[in-house]
This record gives sequence, C-alpha cells and structure tokens, in this order.
Amino acid sequence: MADLHVELVAADRSVWSGEATMVIARTTSGDIGIMPGHEPLLGVLQSGPVTIRVSDGGTVVAAVHGGFISFSDDKLSILAEIAELADEIDVARAERALERSKSEADAGAERRAEVRLAAATGAR
Amino acid sequence: MGAQIRVYKRRIKSVTATKKITKAMEMIAASRIVKAQRQVAASSPYAEELTRAVTAVATGSNTKHPLTTEAENPTRAAVLLVTSDRGLAGGYSSNAIKAADRLTERLRAEGKDVDSYLIGRKAVAYYGFRERQVTDSWTGFSDSPSYADAKAVAAPLIEAVLKETAEGGVDELHIVFTEFVSMMTQTPVDRRLLPLSLDEEAASGLEQRITKGEILPLYEFEPSAEGVLDALLPRYVESRIYNALLQAAASEHAARRRAMKSATDNAEDLIKSLTRLANAARQADITQEISEIVGGASALADASAGSD
Repeated sequence: MADLHVELVAADRSVWSGEATMVIARTTSGDIGIMPGHEPLLGVLQSGPVTIRVSDGGTVVAAVHGGFISFSDDKLSILAEIAELADEIDVARAERALERSKSEADAGAERRAEVRLAAATGAR
Repeated sequence: MGAQIRVYKRRIKSVTATKKITKAMEMIAASRIVKAQRQVAASSPYAEELTRAVTAVATGSNTKHPLTTEAENPTRAAVLLVTSDRGLAGGYSSNAIKAADRLTERLRAEGKDVDSYLIGRKAVAYYGFRERQVTDSWTGFSDSPSYADAKAVAAPLIEAVLKETAEGGVDELHIVFTEFVSMMTQTPVDRRLLPLSLDEEAASGLEQRITKGEILPLYEFEPSAEGVLDALLPRYVESRIYNALLQAAASEHAARRRAMKSATDNAEDLIKSLTRLANAARQADITQEISEIVGGASALADASAGSD
C-alpha cells in the first residue's frame, strides 16, 4: 500500500516531514485517523497530540497547538502555530508551566502545558 | 607643532573613532540579514500550505464569510505600516512612510476613511509629530519579530474587520512594508490583505494545475466549511503579517548595512583628505622654520659684516 507523505509545519519552521502509514490527530469534533486513500479533508485541529506512524516502524508524537490538517492525493499537511516533537519537549519546563498556569488560572496555558506533557510522556 | 596640525590631528582622531563604530554596525547588520533571511525561508512552508488551504476552501465551497466578501460600498480602510524602531538605516523608514502616505491619499480619493496602525518607533514619532490620529501602534520588535508579535498585531486588525462598519469597523485591510528583493534592493510595497483577493501567486499556481489536467480535490470539511474558514482566515492574516514583518526586518538590516557602509566609506575619504591637509600644514611649518633660520643666520652674517 502506498504511504502518506506527511509535512508537519509550524509558523516559523518545518518540524517534521516524511512517509507514514497512518496519522492520528484531534480535530474539534473528535479524534481522526488518516490512512492512505482517505478522501480529501480539511479540518480544524484542537490543541492535542498528533501521532504519526512512520513507514519504517516507530511513531512520532508531537504536541500541536492551534492548527489545521489538510489531506489530498496522499499528501497530508499539518499546519500549526506551535508544534513541538515529543523529544524536543522539556518535561521539567512543561511541568513548571503547568503549575504556573494552574495557579494563575490560565485555562489556555494549562491546556497547552498538559498537551505538551502528554505528548512527551506518551512517547517514552 | 603648529596649531593648524593640532586641529587636523584632532579631527582625524574623531573621524577614525566614528569609522570604527559605523564599520562595526555594518558588520552586525550584515550578519543579521542572513539570520532574517533564514527566518523568512523557515516561515515560508507554513505560509505556502496555508495559502493552499485557503485557496482550496475559497474555490471548493460557496461559503460567504465577512473576511472574503467585498463590502458593496467600502467606507473605511485600515492601513498597517511597518517601519523600524531605530534609525541609521538610510531612507528605510521614510520610504515606507511615504508609500503609506501615497496609499492613504489614494484610499481617501476613493472616498474611504483611513485608520492607521503603526509598527516601529519611527512611524509613531512621525505621526506623533504631525498630530495625526493613530488607532493602534506597536514598538520594540522590528528587528527580530516573532510569530507571537504578528499575532498581537493581527488580533485587533481582525477584530476591526469583523466589526460592522457603522460601529467603527473597517471594510478593507492594507499593509505597507518593505519587500526584501535582494541584498541591494528593497522596495516599499502596499498589499491588500482583506477582503481576500487570491494571491496572484496562488492563482497562477491554480491555473497551472488546471492546465496540467490536475483537478482540485473536493474537500470534506471538518467540522464544516464555515468552521474551517472561521479558523483558517485569521491564521492566514497572521501568517501574512508575520511574513511582512520578517521581510521588513531583513530589509531594515540590509538598508542599515548599506547606510553604514557608505558612512564608513565617507569616513575613509575624510581621513584621507584630512591627512593630506595635515601633511601640507606640517610641510608649511617646516618650510617656515627653515626660512626663519636662514633669515636669522643671514641677518647675523650681515650684522657682523657691517661691524667690520
């Protein structure tokens, strides 16, 4: 079966690109899994982890905040204002950010920190 | 040492000090251009993908959205002007301001009120001195803008566009910034961001794909075409503003490098001519001294010859 070509781009850089067999992302209306041959799709993503099953085995997990997923002709692009790969995330810093956002009752920052932590710990 | 030489020496010293400063600024600016260019390149995949997605929605659905539809009778426009925070960059800021003035005049001639949004201390000072009305302004990030800065700038602009014109909203959004063409050429340009006119680039890309026989896919929208547009268009505006800020930053550094290079060259010329003048003054001093000695000696010789 043909593979997906995935481009994960953040506003200021290209984060990851390569071939994958399946991509799981969280849209505003629920999680969605995309495999080769899916119909063309343009969706709005929630803050959440994006899981990419890489063709040669293994998975790449990234924390994505505020973005889109667009898919056509077996080419998938994930656009995000902020996107971080799991192994780029500094767990200690994310935990500090979580603490801080909880004490400041900043719901958006809290959610971002949670997503980051989930992506970082889920990958290990 | 004669007074004349002392004056020249002092001036040479001060020009040399200035030259050192301008040379350093030139080198700093040159290294920052490279960094700014890299940032422009790093942000382009996102901008390209976003433009593609916007094109796909705009062509693949008949959804009407306040950000894409032209007002029937536009009466108010917002102009975002991007200048620098610091001077010493030649005509960089004033050229951008002039371009904004031209655009404002054109819009006024079309019967539209103009709301000014400014970026950079230079524009704020210019408008402040002329007591012109400024709707909003931002300073402090012109030489290395981040995406968060672009977001902060875009937020009130999008809000203004979404508001009804009667309640102080705007019908159009223009941006004036300095496009980075090459190291030597940077031109101030004005672009209309909203209502959305599909980029010439995107449009020609679309035509190419159609002529190649490749049809645009019919997208399924998640959650809905309106929902996607709602989320997509603000991001598109942000990304366009971000790109403009990055290009403006690259242009600013390039303009500063050029201005500092000509200042350094000028200083070199000045030092050369001052050195020549100082040498001439020294020669004149020596000549005078010699003629004084010779004159004194011959006077003495005359005196002793006379006493004999």
